Amino acid sequence: MSELVLIIIGAALVNNVVLSQFYGLCSFLGVSRQTKTAAGMGAAVVFVITIASAVASLLYDFVLVPLNLEFLETIVFILVIAGLVQFVEMYLKKFRPALYESLGVFLPLITTNCAVLGAALKNVKDGYNFSQSVASGFGTAVGYMIAIVVLAGIRERMEDNTIAKPFQGMPVVLFTAALMAIAFNGFTGLI
Amino acid sequence: MNNNQNPYVERILNGIIKENPTFILVLGMCPTLAVTTSATNAIGMGLSTLAVLILSNMIISALRNIIPDNVRMPAYIVVIASLVTVVELLMKAYFPAVYHALGLYIPLIVVNCIIFGRAEAYAAKTTPLMAAADGLGMGLGFSVALLLIGACREILGSGTLFGLKVLPAAYEPIAIFIKAPGAFIILGILIAILNGLNIQNNSSKKVEGCDGDCMGCGSSKGCSKEKKEV
Repeated sequence: MSELVLIIIGAALVNNVVLSQFYGLCSFLGVSRQTKTAAGMGAAVVFVITIASAVASLLYDFVLVPLNLEFLETIVFILVIAGLVQFVEMYLKKFRPALYESLGVFLPLITTNCAVLGAALKNVKDGYNFSQSVASGFGTAVGYMIAIVVLAGIRERMEDNTIAKPFQGMPVVLFTAALMAIAFNGFTGLI
Repeated sequence: MNNNQNPYVERILNGIIKENPTFILVLGMCPTLAVTTSATNAIGMGLSTLAVLILSNMIISALRNIIPDNVRMPAYIVVIASLVTVVELLMKAYFPAVYHALGLYIPLIVVNCIIFGRAEAYAAKTTPLMAAADGLGMGLGFSVALLLIGACREILGSGTLFGLKVLPAAYEPIAIFIKAPGAFIILGILIAILNGLNIQNNSSKKVEGCDGDCMGCGSSKGCSKEKKEV
């Protein structure tokens, strides 16, 4: 059990998916204008990565490895993720309309979020078993959510600041992310 | 200015300068920042993406009348993922050093938004040759951008370029530039410099994909999908 907790903390804080691994950067930079949308995106990512890690791990261990088709992992995983996202979307729409209202718009954006595929491939590469994969996927996603919500909070504060013209927009966001990455370096000693 | 240049040349230049995927469109950030710790890695990633981009653009454009509109996303995914697997296996066989340095980021070319974005915004609407020219231009633009970032980070962070010592021994390498924060800082500075140069003639700052607000990996897909459903 403590091993799983360590995996979760390691994936969420020490090797933060966005700030030190650079997965899921596009949505991190693109959907972080407001805390509310950032939190919605983060929640949807937690949902999808956790399920995708579980499914990908099962598929890899029980289908790809027995058939000696490990080299197809990229194709299989991305199709599974795309299908899964579609399926989750339909399920929420039908049975959990309230949740769909808050998460629905973000779900289509997630298929091509590299954090999802990255997490699935990393679990396989690190040789994690099923429960370790789920723990690592969940931790990764929580790390993503922390990073995107914090960045959105900072960006909301910066809204009214005067920023030199060439630095407006993307550059200042990138500098903010750099400072956050330095701060997250501090977690290195945690484990 | 020569406005009547060859349309293929125009496409290629468009990708490198006017709509540079990294600096102007701000797409495909994950590999851009992750693998640019050295100029060699940057070139490896740039060229792999270039190869996938040209081929996927050509194939998707050739199949544009066959693929039904509803299932075009899964179809694109299969085409792109197959090409990426081919590139991955080739690199593993012939360039093992680069393959190990790039690691997981090679399979992650699949979800590089540039490839999806170009397939959706351009390749699906034009002839295979034009699509290939567009892929070449975008791929070169991406490679040039990666090389630029990689070179800056390698020179500042370890005092070398392509593994050769370029700065005098008295220079103390600033290690942060080859770590994660340095990637954000260098890209921020480079974009700010380009913005500064571009500020007078504020031209061509639009994104083809969807309404100029298409920064996310997912956005290029998400936007088109939302539009379709609305």
